[in-house]
Amino acid sequence: MSKSNKNGMLIDYEYCTGCFSCTVACCQENGWEAPLSGMKVMEIVQDLPKDKAYLTFLPFPTELCVLCNHRTRQGLDPACVKHCMANCLTYGPLKELAGELEKKPRMVLWSPR
Amino acid sequence: MKEDGVKIIKTTTWSPGPGCHGGCGILVHVKDDKVIKVEGDPDHPWNQGRLCSRCLSMTQYMYHKDRLRKPLKRIGERGQGKFEEISWDEAFDLIEQKMKKIREDHGPESVIFHQGTGRDIGGWISMLAYAYGSPNWMFGLSGISCYTPRLMMMSITQGDFAVVDASQWHEKRYDDPEYKIPETVTIWGQNLPATCPDGFFGHWYIDLMKRGTEVLVIDPRCTWIASRAKLWLQLRPGTDAALALGFIHVMIKEDLINMAFVERWTNSPFLVRTDQEKKRLLRESDLIKNGLDTNFIAHDPVSDSFVVWDSDHQTYKKKNITPSMEGDFTLALADGSTATAKTVWTLYKENAEQYTPEAVSKITWVPADKIRKAARIYAKSQPSALHWGLPIDTIPSTVPTSQAINHLWCLTGNLDNPGGNAIARYAYDVVTYPYHSGGAILSLPPEVMDKRIGIHDYGAIKDFRAWAQPDKVLEQISSDDPYPIKGMWIQTANPIACTGMEPKKWRDAIKKLDFTVCVDLFMTPTAMLCDVILPAATFLEKDSLKAWWVPLQAIKRVVEVDDCKSDIEINLELCKRFMKDFPYDNTQELFDTLLKSAGITYQELTDNTWMIPPKGHPSKPYFRYEKGLLRQDKKPGFRTPSGKIELYSSWLEKWELEPLPYHEEPPYSPVSTPDLFADYPLILCTGRRMGPFFHSEHRQIPWLREQQRDPVLEIHPDTAEKYGIAHGEKVCVENWLGKITVKALVTPVIHPDIVMAEHGWWFPEKEGKEPNLFGVWDVNVNQLIPMGHEGKAGLGAPIKSMLCKVYKAKG
Ligand code: SF4
Ligand code: SF4
Ligand code: SF4
Repeated sequence: MSKSNKNGMLIDYEYCTGCFSCTVACCQENGWEAPLSGMKVMEIVQDLPKDKAYLTFLPFPTELCVLCNHRTRQGLDPACVKHCMANCLTYGPLKELAGELEKKPRMVLWSPR
Repeated sequence: MKEDGVKIIKTTTWSPGPGCHGGCGILVHVKDDKVIKVEGDPDHPWNQGRLCSRCLSMTQYMYHKDRLRKPLKRIGERGQGKFEEISWDEAFDLIEQKMKKIREDHGPESVIFHQGTGRDIGGWISMLAYAYGSPNWMFGLSGISCYTPRLMMMSITQGDFAVVDASQWHEKRYDDPEYKIPETVTIWGQNLPATCPDGFFGHWYIDLMKRGTEVLVIDPRCTWIASRAKLWLQLRPGTDAALALGFIHVMIKEDLINMAFVERWTNSPFLVRTDQEKKRLLRESDLIKNGLDTNFIAHDPVSDSFVVWDSDHQTYKKKNITPSMEGDFTLALADGSTATAKTVWTLYKENAEQYTPEAVSKITWVPADKIRKAARIYAKSQPSALHWGLPIDTIPSTVPTSQAINHLWCLTGNLDNPGGNAIARYAYDVVTYPYHSGGAILSLPPEVMDKRIGIHDYGAIKDFRAWAQPDKVLEQISSDDPYPIKGMWIQTANPIACTGMEPKKWRDAIKKLDFTVCVDLFMTPTAMLCDVILPAATFLEKDSLKAWWVPLQAIKRVVEVDDCKSDIEINLELCKRFMKDFPYDNTQELFDTLLKSAGITYQELTDNTWMIPPKGHPSKPYFRYEKGLLRQDKKPGFRTPSGKIELYSSWLEKWELEPLPYHEEPPYSPVSTPDLFADYPLILCTGRRMGPFFHSEHRQIPWLREQQRDPVLEIHPDTAEKYGIAHGEKVCVENWLGKITVKALVTPVIHPDIVMAEHGWWFPEKEGKEPNLFGVWDVNVNQLIPMGHEGKAGLGAPIKSMLCKVYKAKG
């Protein structure tokens, strides 16, 4: 696979609810035993002005993530992407996904090793 | 995709396993008769391929080393943890013999059939209770404070239940041409993404938000969804009725009521007699000798005369009238006396008068301008949907509270409209989970039902739901009055760790009984106290069906795990032993009978896996009250005594409760118990949800437990600082009833004067025998919540609005 075709994951953290489906989907798919997983979810709580807390979850692909090669080879979405309860993970070529970043705020793009 | 030897089976979820109220479509991967993977079914309209962490953990759940795999019989003292494995035949024989003996000696009502939250059990446990002959089928949560109060209130107000229309009635979901995306969803007291509550998929709201829906959130905590809200109202726990009445006040003052809807479809023009101490809806029988007391009275402004609303024929007895909506009247009664009366609407407005935003602000802590703003957003949005949560049930004033909130969609006409609150019925009217004894698989004669505990105390318990009243049951177990309780059948329930308030009282009650059975999948603190424990099957090991609300769907046996049996099969076998001529030989026959209203067999249902009712079916929206699809007589209107939405409730009147909504302080609060508040200066809210756990379940599943190792108490940084508590430190949470020790989760999401605890915790990895009982007494917050504080209708309990103090734990 040439570098320009490299795939990655677009993470829309505006909608991630911190449900852990991604974390557990990865465990089930790839056989990780707790506490290991290809995806961990971080919680960020900030006190915004006007007394309102703001809760954000950021799904974070760890060093164990292999982007579900065995699935994507067959044309399937990675297990975490497929099961994400908020549909906030997208798998695809990094170049294409980078284009998506312009269309909607509060997203991050992740590229695997 | 098919790997070698892997079969993929389509089925749907409901309870044992994910534990939930179910609904998802899944694809189960099976190899060598073992489930190796569970995935979301992309073709199922409910979850559209997604799946929660609990269902994704099914393989760890099903094949867990600690799973109960054989029936167990107690051989030591109760709670000593000494059991021996027995065969199913031995178990059934033992249960039959013991329970028949109780029936002979004390009567069948002496056994309580105790279930947990409403899942795939209601039909089967009521069937067993009634086959045995006991009317005492029970859900053990104090005041039945889980959805039942709201269901009751909806049922008596508009004759049907209503839930947010997130397009769940359509195969194409959000893209269905009939469907409208709600402009606003008001989320009242629920941390939705963490749950799939009440027949609803929490993440549908994220789908809606992405499609433009704004959210208005009412919650003491700034939850994830509150962070994303257009407006968030941080109210004091237990003051929801005042807030709803504040909304109503603003809507009336600012002309935001949908008057056309209110005039046409509610009982607002009916007259209420006001010259006696107790107000009362006037009836035809008051005005006319031989008049019916089921007919009501209104005023015709054209002829300035009184007209009779004929409930049977759903029409006024005089043609083409538009009754007065407001006014004071004097009428001559049949007995020659005179009475004064006002319309429901006049009284309704008078009732709302006192709930000014300023007054409500004092009660609820929500600033008055926010109350105004929120009321406007709710009332002006088109369509506007309202989702409410458990906190509406978990207060003694649940009846007026759910009534006030239910009125919001009635006053704005957001009922059974696309994208509003749609009327929810069981798909195809198939009842897998009966509410009334009338819908149950078997029935008992009235003289037996008359012994159901609580029905002589509470009209709502008698008339609405077939359950015994749990607070009264607990009382009766210790008092033996009016008759002794001798046995308990516990299935899908863990009262010691989860549903029981003052759980030590439940422990003592269970231990006092002559014979107890627990059906479960793992050893629990409750099972540990029982005489026989039966190993139940997960939803992947059983055949069943679900119709709550849509779709109608099949749950299929995909594999077997050792000697585990499904709840249905266990109960069916015992039904045959307890009841002569029990009418069903096997589950197939039973399911076929239940499916009659859908006109299909169980085989046909399993072939389809799921089915959505077609357009025009009474179990499919919209605007069914206009089309005559709600009432049995097929007339337009609602299934209430008058056929109208009863803003002024004739049922509440009958039960001698206030017919109009009002605010009532929680029994323990800074306002109602200032002395206690001086010693216990924090409001204790409970029930914090974590997606990976369903109530008291899943603490032994490694993939899930990893997401949160220990129970926590949410506490605001300012409060934590005041008490010298650091994040992650162990803290004691204490009040006059008890004490627990949990970890402090210092977070600004909670109000500084409130702390939020979790329910359902115990440690499957710790010592199980008494007194330790898996460490449940260290962490079960229900020890700080009393039994016996049910509301005036026998419903509701102060579960989320207690008082406590918090301090650093020693050592
Ligand atoms: S892409 Fe696959 S390997 Fe990576 S986190 Fe998701 S499930 Fe795990
Ligand atoms: S599954 Fe999706 S919504 Fe849930 S935690 Fe992971 S990324 Fe977030
Ligand atoms: S909890 Fe929700 S997502 Fe999980 S199986 Fe049940 S219905 Fe599906």
